[in-house]
Amino acid sequence: MKKSKILIGTAIIAIAGYFAISADHIDAPAVAGGTSDITDIYGFQGQDTNTIVFVANVQGLISPANTSSAAFDENVLFEFNIDNNGDAVADLVIQATARDGKMYFFGPTAPSQTGLNSSIVTTATTNAVAITNYGDDAIIESNNDMRFFAGPRDDPFFMDFVRYTQIVTPGDDDNDGMEEGAFLPEGTGDGFASDTFAGTNVLSIVVELPKAMVGSGDSVNLWVESKRKQ
Amino acid sequence: MKLNNIKLVIIAMLVSFTAFNCSNDDDNGSNDPMQQTPPDFSGTFTQEDQMGRPAINTVFVDMADKNIYNVTLPSNQGAAFQTKFQNKLEALNPAHTDPMYTNALGFNAEQFTGALATDVLTVSLVGTTTFFDGTNILTGRALDDDVISTELLLIFGGPAGADNPGLTNDNVSANDKSFSATFPYLASPW
Repeated sequence: MKKSKILIGTAIIAIAGYFAISADHIDAPAVAGGTSDITDIYGFQGQDTNTIVFVANVQGLISPANTSSAAFDENVLFEFNIDNNGDAVADLVIQATARDGKMYFFGPTAPSQTGLNSSIVTTATTNAVAITNYGDDAIIESNNDMRFFAGPRDDPFFMDFVRYTQIVTPGDDDNDGMEEGAFLPEGTGDGFASDTFAGTNVLSIVVELPKAMVGSGDSVNLWVESKRKQ
Repeated sequence: MKLNNIKLVIIAMLVSFTAFNCSNDDDNGSNDPMQQTPPDFSGTFTQEDQMGRPAINTVFVDMADKNIYNVTLPSNQGAAFQTKFQNKLEALNPAHTDPMYTNALGFNAEQFTGALATDVLTVSLVGTTTFFDGTNILTGRALDDDVISTELLLIFGGPAGADNPGLTNDNVSANDKSFSATFPYLASPW
């Protein structure tokens, strides 16, 4: 038991040390490799031009072999924060948290408080979608003019992060006799650029909703927070 | 290990019994057997991670600050981190130590890091939503946007994007799976 714990700990430290990773994958020691670790967020116009899509991906670098056992942590709350007047303070929040195989969504609604602590606004519009199991077709819930998805997806992020790390780390990291000073050329195989995130999965939370629900101006500011139950 | 498994099962059973006992009685009028105990959404949740634009914490925040950056509210990030971001940018691309030197957005080091330090993703409600598509810049983030090459270009490329040519593109320009045009847009897992 102890030995396996030590091995796991060593592996996590090794991964964190090696990657310390992008875009926000295991970005900081306190969340690296944990269930609250946000890997990436996205915001883009949906398939209907009057809708906007928000994506939060968590728990990066999940191998295919480990994907069926990857699960959302029921003690973690994810919040899509929406600032619609330009002051970087949340005016609206969409909260998402998993319970018993479903992802529950609250909002968009004014947060009960802004800042580092939250409570779930259970009086807000509430929706739920069954979390899609690995290997199954995506389960989509359409309700209250919104669409919802939660479950494993291919990590949409792409980057030669290994080469980036070698470039910003002083010294010869790949033992070819010289310090790395440039990215590798596009191509396949040794000596060419490669996507460090190829073949890995994440757990995704996707919400699509009418633009009118998030703001009436030309744009909003979006950021995602993960918060753990105390 | 086995003892731990037994313990876990007992804990799980206790939790399920407790949850069952907690079922509220407010809906006595309903005998609907489908009506189940509502999940527990109570409690206070405290921040652990946050993210706006891609790779900001990874690229601009020193290891010693990475945890604190994740629990600094965006509205406080500029005051707390702009100078540190500027130092990092000038270390990555020393040409930026000259305040007359700008990137492709026309921003010098102070202006660029001033914009980046408040880590929120601006998303347009009226037009194209993209991190950079050759025309529109920082109006959102679409799944297929090559965000890293955009950031590399703005960090290393200088006013015309022509400086440090070996550093302005990581030469990985697309995801390893195609995206869908319809919800939920992301590709099925590997």
